[in-house]
Amino acid sequence: MTAYLKIDHVDKTFTRGSQETVVLKDITLSIERGEYVSIIGHSGCGKSTLLNIVAGLTRATIGGVLLEEREVNDPGPDRAVVFQNHSLLPWLTVYDNVRLAVDKVFSGSKSRAERDAWTMHNLDLVQMGHAKDKRPAEISGGMKQRVGLARALAMEPKVLLLDEPFGALDALTRAHLQDSVMGIHQKLGNTVLMITHDVDEAVLLSDRIVMMTNGPAARIGEVLEVPLARPRRRLEVASSPAYLKCRQRVLEFLYERHRFIEAA
Amino acid sequence: MNMPALKTEPAVPLPAPTAEVLRFDAPKPDFFKSRVVPALGRAAVRVLPPLITLGLILTVWQVLCMKPGATLPSPSKIWSEAYELIIDPFFVAGPQDIGLGWRVLTSLQRVAIGYGFAGVIGILLGTLIGQSVWAMRGLDPIFQVLRTISPLAWLPISLAAFRDSQPSAIFVIFITSVWPIIINTAVGIRNIPQDYRNVAAVLRLNHLEFFYKVMIPSAAPYIFTGLRIGIGLSWLAIVAAEMLTGGVGIGFFIWDAWNSSRLSDIVVALVYIGLVGFVLDRLVAAVATFVTRGTAAN
Repeated sequence: MTAYLKIDHVDKTFTRGSQETVVLKDITLSIERGEYVSIIGHSGCGKSTLLNIVAGLTRATIGGVLLEEREVNDPGPDRAVVFQNHSLLPWLTVYDNVRLAVDKVFSGSKSRAERDAWTMHNLDLVQMGHAKDKRPAEISGGMKQRVGLARALAMEPKVLLLDEPFGALDALTRAHLQDSVMGIHQKLGNTVLMITHDVDEAVLLSDRIVMMTNGPAARIGEVLEVPLARPRRRLEVASSPAYLKCRQRVLEFLYERHRFIEAA
Repeated sequence: MNMPALKTEPAVPLPAPTAEVLRFDAPKPDFFKSRVVPALGRAAVRVLPPLITLGLILTVWQVLCMKPGATLPSPSKIWSEAYELIIDPFFVAGPQDIGLGWRVLTSLQRVAIGYGFAGVIGILLGTLIGQSVWAMRGLDPIFQVLRTISPLAWLPISLAAFRDSQPSAIFVIFITSVWPIIINTAVGIRNIPQDYRNVAAVLRLNHLEFFYKVMIPSAAPYIFTGLRIGIGLSWLAIVAAEMLTGGVGIGFFIWDAWNSSRLSDIVVALVYIGLVGFVLDRLVAAVATFVTRGTAAN
């Protein structure tokens, strides 16, 4: 079976001097086209390292990542990342931040006017068209994250990588953004790989939840299918038995079988 | 985000007032009182204290240097002796007898060339050192030694190399002002957040795009710190260099005045140098504020 995105027997070892730390051990994961997969685990278990390996920002020590059966080693716009801390360039306006990506990816295939329209289209998709001339310092945290999402979507990535995209936001803003991401995923059918440490977020958004054991040498502990029909509505889903069961499974995994000892 | 607006009751027109309403005409806001006076007040707060201090200094100076046999000229004596120099900076009375304004401009021209080279080369070298660990290991120790050398110590070497006073003076400006630009640029480049590098990597920006679109804007506050220190140093160096190389500039004028014992002229020249240096510093600072607006993260 060939998957759309395949993480194939990935190990990651950090070497500092003579000391070796195994962060990830034998991670294998296949993701289908259009699938929404979340990776959940305690902090420090190497989830972000795994995402960085998929993004190409970090090299795997052993194993590799295949996208449409081709190995990927370097970062590229086909695996656009929405970073946890938005990472917008503060000297550019909201529009220019997205336009930078659009210009880079579509310089050969779209005309100037088309690129402008595409930039605005993506800003409107995340409801940020109204703030196009503002600088990142002038908008709220949730808005910055929306712009970061627009920038990633504008690259038309094969896989959208979300690195705890809502982690730094307050609960209400987070819910708003989750709804936006669900809507966009529904509309565009992106393949999404998301890192999170929020159980509700994982269950609400994902088709599958990958639960990781604690590091060092973190492995995939369990993979859980979320059998909830889409489109999902936050309020209806939250009381459905399937949702509660999934939630229970993840909580059990995280807090009973793989309790994070250092944090206790 | 799209909450339906709450319907409010349609506004009911208020019943007309039954009692006679007394109106007091508010006194018309006087333009002079509301605008001009506060502006003058603000200006006074900034301008008066330095003026008062200046007055005090001049008075003390005058008192100290008034008695017969004083070694230095008093302000009043300077005024009467160097009246022409002070009043008209741009007179031309002969090939070597020109106003201080022209002399300052000649010096500024040398500074512009030397400092211009220092800016371009300093930013490029600083980028290299900031970006490449090996360039830093190789070059940084050498730069740290070279930068402690006094500007004037370079002059004989550069005179020997160029065999002309004009390029030598320019070289001294360059070599004086290039170090802070290199070092600050390197620090700025090294401090580019990893996030920006990741964004550039995901977008696959090439080296040139990365340099223009990420590095320079991100390091701009540091670069301008270097540029500002550099312009100050080069203005310090040009006066010293010109005193030795001769020619037309303000430095040579001081040396010439000393040789002909025109102490009053020297004092006037010092005031010129100070004011021009101040203006140069403020100019670079203003450019920095303009260019780096919006570079503050978050």
